[in-house]
Amino acid sequence: MNDDTIFREYRPSDAERSDRSAGDRLRHREKVRESIRENIADIIAEESIIGKNRDKVIKVPLRGIKEYRFIYGENSPGVGEGDGEARPGQVVGKTGKEGQDKGDGRAGDRPGVDYYETDVSLEELIDIMFEDLELPNLERRALREIPSDRSTKRKGYRHVGIRVRLDKRRTARQRVMRALATGRKQDLAQVEAAGQIENASEEEPQPLDGPAVLQAPVKRRFPFHQDDLRYRHLETDTREDSNAVVICIMDTSGSMDTMKKYLARSFFFLLYQFISTRYRNVEIVFIGHHTEASEVTEEEFFHKGESGGTFISSGYQKALDIITERYHPSLWNIYAFHCSDGDNFDSDNPAALRTAKELAEICNLFGYGEIKPLGSRYYESSMLNVFRRLDEPNFQAVLIERKEDIWPSFKAFLSKDRVKE
Amino acid sequence: MANYEVSELVDWDKRIQEKAAGFGLDWFPQEFEICDHNGMLGYMAYSGMPSHYPHWSFGKAYEKLKTLYDYGVNGLPYEMVINSNPAIAYLMRDNTLLLQILTIAHVYGHNDFFKNNFTFKSATRAELTIEFFKAHAMRVRRYMEDPSIGVEKVERILDAAHALSWQCRRNLAIRKLSRNEQVERAIETAQPRTDPFQRLHSRPEFKEPETRKVPLEPDEDLLLFIRDHNPFLTEWEKDLLTIVDEETKFFLPMMETKIMNEGWASYWHKKIVEALELPQGLRIEFIVRHNQVLRPMPGSINPYHVGFKIWEDIYRRHTEPTPDEIKKYGAPGKNGKDKLFEVREVERDTSFVRRYLSEELMREMDMFQYEPRGDELVIDKVSDDEGWKQIKETLIKNVGTGSIPVLKVEDSDFGHNRTLYLKHYHDGRDLLLEYAEKSLAFAYRLWGRECVLETTLQSKRSLLCYNERGFSMRALK
Repeated sequence: MNDDTIFREYRPSDAERSDRSAGDRLRHREKVRESIRENIADIIAEESIIGKNRDKVIKVPLRGIKEYRFIYGENSPGVGEGDGEARPGQVVGKTGKEGQDKGDGRAGDRPGVDYYETDVSLEELIDIMFEDLELPNLERRALREIPSDRSTKRKGYRHVGIRVRLDKRRTARQRVMRALATGRKQDLAQVEAAGQIENASEEEPQPLDGPAVLQAPVKRRFPFHQDDLRYRHLETDTREDSNAVVICIMDTSGSMDTMKKYLARSFFFLLYQFISTRYRNVEIVFIGHHTEASEVTEEEFFHKGESGGTFISSGYQKALDIITERYHPSLWNIYAFHCSDGDNFDSDNPAALRTAKELAEICNLFGYGEIKPLGSRYYESSMLNVFRRLDEPNFQAVLIERKEDIWPSFKAFLSKDRVKE
Repeated sequence: MANYEVSELVDWDKRIQEKAAGFGLDWFPQEFEICDHNGMLGYMAYSGMPSHYPHWSFGKAYEKLKTLYDYGVNGLPYEMVINSNPAIAYLMRDNTLLLQILTIAHVYGHNDFFKNNFTFKSATRAELTIEFFKAHAMRVRRYMEDPSIGVEKVERILDAAHALSWQCRRNLAIRKLSRNEQVERAIETAQPRTDPFQRLHSRPEFKEPETRKVPLEPDEDLLLFIRDHNPFLTEWEKDLLTIVDEETKFFLPMMETKIMNEGWASYWHKKIVEALELPQGLRIEFIVRHNQVLRPMPGSINPYHVGFKIWEDIYRRHTEPTPDEIKKYGAPGKNGKDKLFEVREVERDTSFVRRYLSEELMREMDMFQYEPRGDELVIDKVSDDEGWKQIKETLIKNVGTGSIPVLKVEDSDFGHNRTLYLKHYHDGRDLLLEYAEKSLAFAYRLWGRECVLETTLQSKRSLLCYNERGFSMRALK
């Protein structure tokens, strides 16, 4: 028989180096992302992601990365082992449950759940969403940045510098290195033994006997040289800060029902997430209006219903007031968006148009979304016609009829973004 | 943490080999590699091969294994051994000494099986295994790096090839006839038989044999058929199909002998470890571990358990048969040990179960058959006097490659339109439509022209078609 069995011991270094599946995992991950991107409109239309925390992990159904083969369907009977108690009629499992065929060596996996799910953090999902946006213009334009934080940090060492930044330790080390390089090792060793690195040869040990006297002249001074000097180098570190404010204006009049609010909310959520990826410091302002406008909390904004009629201009005026008060356009990038069902009093239209124009002038982007769920009262007046007359390049009016429209209209909205000069 | 030194393992290995040799096992030289859980997950994702061509599905497999492992859903196997000469086995570093001893003994069982079972002998050449996979990996990488091909195109072909790869011949010990041989056979079959009463009988009508059809006889090797009969495939595409086909056929024997192989290794690890006369502490741990590996999984089939039981039963029936059995099956013609070694050489799971899983054994294991009813799987037969035969038939259908539908190429020029005509050999089990549709799309991708699949769905003969307009389906009369 063979007794030349080989045992290869475990070597941690090998184990660390051989992450062989890294490439294939990366490729798989890419495919997952591709698949998400293809279905992004469906995914973000799902209620579940709206209003969630960024770290939240969500389950996303995927298509396209299943490995298909010809396999049998569910009508095929199977065989199992029992515990001695098996009787006809007992239920032993569920169809379509994964792990049904665990360990019996079948090649074709039975299909598990109907679709394959993956866990994606909302953060990642948002990244993918904005990849899908393909907004090259926005990327390239410099954002308005304000230096906010000044500090110094060390950055390496230099040959020249001011006295206070001399690094003694490094300088001494440089000298030792130079001594070694010039073959004066022996000298230096003696010097070090005497504990006199800084001023090497000022006190030479007294020769005691003859041979030592002969060596003494060899032991020359080895002073510091200009090249040994090392100075700490400091750099000022300026952090640019960029500020943005998202102003959410919503019609809270009686005609805005839950469905409309939900659509509006999805839109605001996307807008906020998007702005957050672009700016460091993002604030959000909620303005609710009917015939009068007021700044409200998020909770009130989405849940509190008001009644009464609508003066859109009141909301815009409130936004203008808040901007003048707190968010000066020279320091803030302003994104304003207004959601309404377009049911405005006719008499207010000229005022609305005027205030909208003012807003568009000071905002990076100003948008109006008219929310008219399918099947709602179509004969009602629409502000879209009114805003058609507003001819600002950074203004966009969109119509949202169902949740699938949110993504396309969001894309349309962002395509108008401009950064003020 | 591990409670052993590698030098100890070397000593134990010597003793295990002595015992194994004493039992008459016959194996390839063995190599053990000790790895940590990441290494093991990596080997598992790539079927144990030290080198393998890259494809995202292996990354997916790794992620899945790792997730299941991290969340404690699945443990890791104690070992993994590949069919090569020398055989390579991976041992988990963190296992206890006893587990390593058990595993080493188990590995020699597999090794012996690889070397001697006919499925492995006929389908693989163990001394070339490692090189074989390495060469494949190099070729695939070269295509991926070739600027005129690239990863995307290679994946396009590999994805499709993987979808169809199991549609190949099952018993590789049977030689595939060449086309010329098939033609000869057709002509021969068409010859009228010699008839001693020729003068009395009217002359039988001579039917000219079909010799032009491609394929002449239905062909199971789908990938190879496409490779040889689609003139529009480039050389590298053909090569990829060859690679996938060869690798599938390498793993075919493993699938075909899962129950036998695991049962055999378990049978011998038990014998060997018992013969080692372990100290008390280790012996108790052995009993615990052994029972863990061999515990029946209620509701499904544990190949270790079923295999082990059958092997034990074969041995028993040939050494000390009960009077009943002698009456029923006759006196055993061989002694138990010779019988074991004969069976390990000449059977595969299907025949193994058919011949050696007895009614009594099925009853002992309380085997039952379940059927889907609505959302639930419900037991419809148990191993009683009426049920056991049916259960056995169902089991036979599900072991080895029985869980893969049989598809054959019937015609490559259906309707004189270069349509690829596939036929599913229906055995009572329907195809899963969604998967069939997508897989057919992959066949279309490789074939480049319309592909149709004849099958039976809910007792109705149907034809699934995939062409440039997409998928469609119609009933056949």
